[in-house]
Amino acid sequence: MTWAGLVDAVKSAGAHGRALRVRGGGSKDFYGQALEGDVLDTRAVRGIVAHEPTELVLTARGGTPLAEVEDVLARAGQMLPFEPPHFGPGATIGGAVAAGLAGPRRAATNGYTGAIRDFVLGVTLLDGRGEVLRFGGRVMKNVAGYDVSRLIAGSMGTLGVILEVSLKVLPRPPAACTLRLALPDPARAIEQLNAWGGMPLPLTASAYRDGDLALRLEGAESAVKAACRRIGGERVDDAAAAAFWTGMREQTDPFFSLPGALWRVAVPSTAVPLGLPGAQLVEWGGALRWLKGDADAALVRREALRAGGHATLFRGGDKAVGVFTALDPVKARIHARLKAAFDPARVFNRGRMYAEL
Amino acid sequence: MNAPAGKPLVDLLRQARVVAALREFMPAASVLFEAEDTRPYECDGLSAYRQVPMVVALPSTEAEVARILATCHALDVPVVPRGAGTGLSGGALPMGDGVLLSLAKFNRILSVDTAARTARVEPGVRNLAISEAVAHLGLYYAPDPSSQIACSIGGNVAENSGGVHCLKYGLTVNNVLRVRGYTIEGEAVEFGSEAPDAPGYDLLAAVVGSEGMLAVTVEVTVRLVPRPERAQVILASFDSVEKAGDAVAAVIGAGIIPAGLEMMDKAATAAVEQFVRAGYDLDAAAILLCESDGTPEEVEEEIGRMKAVLGRSGATRLAVSQSEAERLNAWAGRKAAFPAVGRISPDYYCMDGTIPRKALSTILAFIAQMEAKYGLRCPNVFHAGDGNLHPLILFDANDPDQLHRTEEFANEVLLKCIELGGTVTGEHGVGIEKINQMCVQFAPAELALFRALKAAFDPKGLLNPQKNIPTLHRCAEFGRMHVRGGELPHPELPRF
Repeated sequence: MTWAGLVDAVKSAGAHGRALRVRGGGSKDFYGQALEGDVLDTRAVRGIVAHEPTELVLTARGGTPLAEVEDVLARAGQMLPFEPPHFGPGATIGGAVAAGLAGPRRAATNGYTGAIRDFVLGVTLLDGRGEVLRFGGRVMKNVAGYDVSRLIAGSMGTLGVILEVSLKVLPRPPAACTLRLALPDPARAIEQLNAWGGMPLPLTASAYRDGDLALRLEGAESAVKAACRRIGGERVDDAAAAAFWTGMREQTDPFFSLPGALWRVAVPSTAVPLGLPGAQLVEWGGALRWLKGDADAALVRREALRAGGHATLFRGGDKAVGVFTALDPVKARIHARLKAAFDPARVFNRGRMYAEL
Repeated sequence: MNAPAGKPLVDLLRQARVVAALREFMPAASVLFEAEDTRPYECDGLSAYRQVPMVVALPSTEAEVARILATCHALDVPVVPRGAGTGLSGGALPMGDGVLLSLAKFNRILSVDTAARTARVEPGVRNLAISEAVAHLGLYYAPDPSSQIACSIGGNVAENSGGVHCLKYGLTVNNVLRVRGYTIEGEAVEFGSEAPDAPGYDLLAAVVGSEGMLAVTVEVTVRLVPRPERAQVILASFDSVEKAGDAVAAVIGAGIIPAGLEMMDKAATAAVEQFVRAGYDLDAAAILLCESDGTPEEVEEEIGRMKAVLGRSGATRLAVSQSEAERLNAWAGRKAAFPAVGRISPDYYCMDGTIPRKALSTILAFIAQMEAKYGLRCPNVFHAGDGNLHPLILFDANDPDQLHRTEEFANEVLLKCIELGGTVTGEHGVGIEKINQMCVQFAPAELALFRALKAAFDPKGLLNPQKNIPTLHRCAEFGRMHVRGGELPHPELPRF
C-alpha cells in the first residue's frame, strides 16, 4: 500500500469506526496484548530518504527493512546505537521505533547511549484522522514545540503510522573485545557491574547468567586494550563473541528456549537479585533481568515494584494478566487523552498496549 | 521585542482573592503582591519582554506546591513556573493576571546513589552544583549549558538544555531518568523511572522541553557519568569559516565523536579575548575547539587522529592544551562569549537556530548579508558539532530603530534556518520570543496536535499558557504561514 493508500485506508477506517492493525514485517506480532483489526501493511512505504554520514543522521520510510538500514550504515562505518532486535527477517525500521526495544548496547557507559527514543530526531506521522504530521526534524538539537517524535518511540503503533523517521546514528567503534569472567555469586556480580559502570571504561554490553559474566568493550584500540587488562578474565574469540551478542539481541541464545513464559523485568541497575522462581539472565549492567519460567504474574509484578521497577510479560504466558504494568489513575487519564488527541476514533492498534487505548 | 505592553492596572479584586486563598495555607512572606516585591520577577533572561505578575508564590514544601496549583485551578488563574530565571526565550515571562510560581526554595540535593550513578535533586538546584557535589566520587552531570553556574535543573528540564558537550553526552532528555511533579490540578505525578523504559507512553520525553506547560517539577533524578580520566582540547585556526565548517564535517566523517566541537568567528574571538585571556588566535577567520576525553590512552590516540584530520582540512594553526588549566581556560573563553559580547555593545540579541551542518557556509554567508542589510554587527558562536548556531546581533535598545532592525534581522535568520531544513530553536526554547516563527515551522494541523497534547495534561490551559505553541489566530496575525506544497492552509481566514 502506497503512502496515499495508507492515508485513504486510515480515513476510511476512521469514518466507519473500524480498527486497523499497523504492521510492517510482523516480526513483533507476539509483543503486546491481542491484535485487533485489519492489517495495515506499511512495507510498501520504504526506502532510505537521506543518509549523509557527516551529518550523523539517517532518514528512512517506516516500511524500510531494518536490515537494509543497518547495511547502509555499516557501509559508511556507522550503526544504530541502540542495537535494536529484529526478531525476524522482515523487521522494519518503523516497527522497531514503534516497539521501542533496544539491544545489549542500551546501557553502554562510554558517551551517551540509550533507548531508541534517545536517538529519534524526527517523525512523519499519519494520525488517526488521516493527517500527515511532521515533528522534529533532521537536526541534532531541536526544542521547537513538544517532543512528539520521542513520544512516538515505544508507543506500539497506537498513536499513528510512522511514515518516515530520522535517527541520530553513530560511528562504529574501531575496536571491540568480549571478555568472560566467572562470578559465582549473583549479588556480587551485580555490584561489580555497577562498580565498573562508575569507572571510565568503554563497556557496551553485559550479560550474566549462572555465574558466568560476559562483557563487551568497544572504543579506541588503546582504550579497549587498557580496559581488558584492568578487568581481566578470558578473551572470547571475535566470531564467537559476535554470535553471542546476536543471540542476546535476537533471543536465540539457549536461555530463551528454557520452558515457561519470558518476563522482562526492568529495575534500577543496583537492585539485588530478584527472589523469583525460574531462570534469570541479567543484562544492561544490572538494569534488565530476564526471567524464564512459570512464576506467578502477581508475584513477578510485586517483586519488580519492590525493586523500584516494572515487569512486562514479553513472550508466552497468559496475557490476561496484562502484558504491560498497569498505569496509575493520573497517568492513565493522560494516556487516554493523548490517544484521543492522536487517534480519536481509536483506529490504530486498539488495545495492543492497554485495553483503554 | 514586540513586548506586550502589559495591562496597566492589576485587577485588584482578583488579586485580593488569590492572595487570600494562598495565604490560607502559606505564610504571608511567601505570597507577594506589592509592586516592589513582584517587580523583580517581571522578566527572565530575555529582558526585552517584561510583565509584572499579579501574585508571586514562593512555596517551600511540596504540599504548598500542590495546594497552590489546586487553588489556581479552581479559581481559573494561570500559573507560570520559574526556576533561576536565566532562560533566554521568555519562557518564565509572568502574566499580569496570573501567579508566578518560583521554585527557588527547592534547592536541595536530596540523595546521591554512588553505585547506581544517580542523584535526586530539587528543581532549584543549580546545574553546576550537581557536578560539584559528586566530583569527589569521580562522577559528574554531563549537560553543561553555558549558564550552568546559575541555571537550575528544573529550568534545564523545562527547556531540554544542551551545552558544549552534548554531541557526545546528550541533552537533558538523555540524562534525566525521572521527573516527579504535580499536574495543574495539584495531583502528584511521576514521569520516567529509575528503571529503564517506564511503562506506557514516554511522557518523560514529552515533559522534558515542554517549557513548564505540562506539569510543575518538584524533583529530578539525573544520571551521573564517570568523569573522564583525561580531557584535552585542540584550538584549531582557519583562514575562512568555510574551511572551518568543512573541517567539522571531516572530523565527524572520520568516525570521531568529539567530547565538544565548537566554532567561533573572528568577531566573537576578538570580543572574548578582551574579556577572558583564552589564548585564541585573533588572526584566524574562525577557530574550532575540538575536545577529546576518556582514558589517557584513548585521548592520546584520538587527539592524534583529530589533529591529522584538522591539518588536512587546512588548519593554519593547531594548539593542544597541555594542562587542565589550559583546557579550562580555552573553554572559559567560549562559555564567556555572551557576557564578553555584552561588554562591547549596549545590548545583544542571541539567536538559537539549528541547521544541518552541511548548510553552515550558507547560513554564515546569509548572516553576513544581513549584517550589511541592517547595518548591525553579528559575531557568531556555534555548537558546530550539532549544528546549533548562536549568532549575537549587537544593538542599542535605546535606539528604537536599531531594536526594530534587530528584530527583522533575527526573524530573517530564523526563517532561513527553517528553509535550510533546520529549526528556530536548538536549546533556548520558543517561549514567547519565537512563537511567531512557530507558525512557519509547523503546519496548522501540527500546531493543533501540540495544543491537544497540552490539553491532555492541562485541559483548562492554565499552566504557562501563551508560550511555545501559537494559536491559529496569532499565526494569521503574523502573516507568514507554513506553506507546504505551495498550498496556503486555511484560506478562509482573514490576513492582516
